[in-house]
Amino acid sequence: MSTPPNRSGHAPPVASGPESTSSTGTRVLGAAALVGLALSVVYGLFVSPPDAQLGETIRMIYTHVPTVSVAYVAFVVTAVSSAMYLWKRTEFWDLLGASSAEIGVVFFVLTILNGALWGKTTWGVFWRWEPRLTTSAVLLLMYIGYLAVRAVPADTRVRATRCAIVGLVAVVNIPIVHKAVDWWRGLHQGRTVLGTIDPEMGGNQLVAMYLSLATGLVVFVWMLLHRFRVAYLVERAADAGLEEALAERRAERGTPSVEVAP
Amino acid sequence: MSTTGYIVLSWVATFAIGGGYALSIVLRGRKLSRAVPPERRRWM
Repeated sequence: MSTPPNRSGHAPPVASGPESTSSTGTRVLGAAALVGLALSVVYGLFVSPPDAQLGETIRMIYTHVPTVSVAYVAFVVTAVSSAMYLWKRTEFWDLLGASSAEIGVVFFVLTILNGALWGKTTWGVFWRWEPRLTTSAVLLLMYIGYLAVRAVPADTRVRATRCAIVGLVAVVNIPIVHKAVDWWRGLHQGRTVLGTIDPEMGGNQLVAMYLSLATGLVVFVWMLLHRFRVAYLVERAADAGLEEALAERRAERGTPSVEVAP
Repeated sequence: MSTTGYIVLSWVATFAIGGGYALSIVLRGRKLSRAVPPERRRWM
């Protein structure tokens, strides 16, 4: 049914919003990410030469290091958002922190998965309870805990406050994981980027490494924008559902409906 | 499994899990966009 024209003969403006979580910015970032991913595959699997020490397994660094870097960045964004939420108490910071934490968990699971496959090729086992792996497991469990706290039914402000506190506590684990290879003796090699390995990398190995790192960060920003918008839509859908339930209750009682502020 | 097999598996797993998660976000956003009134589908 078409919208009836108003007194001036023109149809009144119809409220419209985006049909998805995409925007011009996310489309540009998405295109850049696809190009970066394609180049990362070419450089990581074909152009980069094998390493003198690591041999062909260096090709696993090009997935392992970017995924852990993105996970760290995501967890730091969660911590900053958590602090900002406790200060400003706005929905924006709560949703940003939660969105970033979920992405961080996905990337950290990928990190551990890649690390296990790499461990199998170099150590002969998928997992060892050595310092870097053990602290990584604790870090992952803390952020899964963050998501679990978020899933507990509660008032949105109470939930946001609980999550902000967990987000600030969990981030303390990142320097512990990062420095575990320096502080304790273990199987895991030294720090790769800005650490013991990268001075020995060169040429196309470094190109492959930093190309995949940059691509990972572009993918993260793209994902964060979409995931934040999804979280925002979830809240608005909940508001709409609540208003509908209130309207039904008022209709049952025969009381006039009152506009609820969004 | 050979070293090459583990290398390929790590890349395939990264792209499959990362890509699957990205797709799930985009599809969820489209579904939710239809459920939320247009005037509220504004990004903060």
